[in-house]
Amino acid sequence: MNATAVHQPSSAGTGRLAGKVALISGGAVGMGAAHARAFIREGACVVIGDILEAEGRSLARELGDKLKFVPLDVRDDAAWERAVALAEQEFGALHVLVNNAGVLTLGSVTDVDDQLWDTTFAINVSGVLKGMRSAAPAMERAGGGSMVNISSHNGMQGFEGVIAYGTSKWVVRGLTKCAALDFAPSNIRVNSVHPGSVMTRMAGSDPIDHRHKPFNRAAKPEEVSELVLLLASDESSFTTGSEFVIDGGEIVGFSKHWRKINNNYQAN
Amino acid sequence: MGRLDGHVAMISGGAGALGAAIVRAMAGEGARVVVADILEREGAALAAELGEQGVFVHLDVQSTEQWQAAVDAAEQRFGALTILVNNAAVLRKGSVAQTTTADWDFVMSVNLTGSFKGMRAAAPAMERAGGGSIINISSTAGMKGFADSAAYVASKWGVRGLTKHGAMDLAPKNIRVNSIHPGHLVNQMMSLDASLADVPMSFAHVPMQRPGRPDEITGLVVYLASDLSTYCTGAEFLADGGEMAGLAAAV
Repeated sequence: MNATAVHQPSSAGTGRLAGKVALISGGAVGMGAAHARAFIREGACVVIGDILEAEGRSLARELGDKLKFVPLDVRDDAAWERAVALAEQEFGALHVLVNNAGVLTLGSVTDVDDQLWDTTFAINVSGVLKGMRSAAPAMERAGGGSMVNISSHNGMQGFEGVIAYGTSKWVVRGLTKCAALDFAPSNIRVNSVHPGSVMTRMAGSDPIDHRHKPFNRAAKPEEVSELVLLLASDESSFTTGSEFVIDGGEIVGFSKHWRKINNNYQAN
Repeated sequence: MGRLDGHVAMISGGAGALGAAIVRAMAGEGARVVVADILEREGAALAAELGEQGVFVHLDVQSTEQWQAAVDAAEQRFGALTILVNNAAVLRKGSVAQTTTADWDFVMSVNLTGSFKGMRAAAPAMERAGGGSIINISSTAGMKGFADSAAYVASKWGVRGLTKHGAMDLAPKNIRVNSIHPGHLVNQMMSLDASLADVPMSFAHVPMQRPGRPDEITGLVVYLASDLSTYCTGAEFLADGGEMAGLAAAV
């Protein structure tokens, strides 16, 4: 039972990103690859950066001349510089950055050791900072741009057992606001996107109980891509420093279905 | 009768401007207090002022080992640890484009990772004590953006999120975790970054048109530390002269 019809991406775009060049980190698989397909459908040229070289090159072969793959570990400043340079060399400019790369790490306050904490932040937080720092000068040369930072519903509230991942996503939310203020004079917009559960390999193949969520399901990556596309395009030209939640209603409250099946809740 | 009788509190950055005010307020309410700071002379003097109620421990919040030693010292000296105030913080100005990696790492390491390490070290001791209260000092910088303050703002948003996720992890152990968000405080910039001591600050945008005093924050800290707030966890407590509510009419 789904509350709404699920978005089906069309193969034919209408040029909503015509003339734009985008760089997507973690673009080889999952949500990043879905964003790349949506961007190309709408007329953009796309550079995908990822540590997953085989998957990245495979996607590049499939999508043709409008997509280039570059090896990118988001912790590496030099790799970011190469990715930005590739966008300008191959496609003449850079207008859009999607900071999509991230790592999900598990553990509660007392479980997480220093190394896991540091790795989580190096990728999910410093990786975003380095991406914005590297892309901003190119966007200035292009006359402006849009940065989309992928946070999470974990950046909107608290969850048990994800102390490092969850905290890192709050930092991305705050850093987005600073970047919006710092880059506004350069005509660069910066917004954060907060997906709930999405059907990707990060989420794993284990069946997840979605019954407490109003829509009782995870998102398809393509549903998130349509929001990222909106923020990347000039259709959102007055939007900056803002938060865009896409979670099927999860953080609003419990589903009616959950109230019926959860005896404890009912007793209260 | 004090509101914190029987409690043992540790305050990181306890020798600084806000930290010392928190230490004195808690001691005044009957708590025994561990003053934890890298400032040896000031911290030891403050602990001495509290007599039997106080002890100083050297604590660089970036150090996992020093956090463990500080918690051990609290249990050895006072028999338990029931309150932790993650107050130590630093500030480095700089935009997203211009913040150096060294400044970024330092601010995040002290303000955010330091608070995480404090929670991680204190939680087992609080569990042994039957429960506890962790108070993380965030800021209005954890609720909105400020230009040219990327690392500080990011770290304070992190502290706000750490509080919520930590509250979920620690609720089953009867440990509460809440965040306090002060606005601009008197002398705050100077205590966080000495190079900013002479920078004039405007409070025209703050509805109350003035900075806050440390003693206007300590009431919230004592409340959240005490058994008056036993149903509060994962929550945010502002003391900002109205700054988050809107812009002052004067702007």
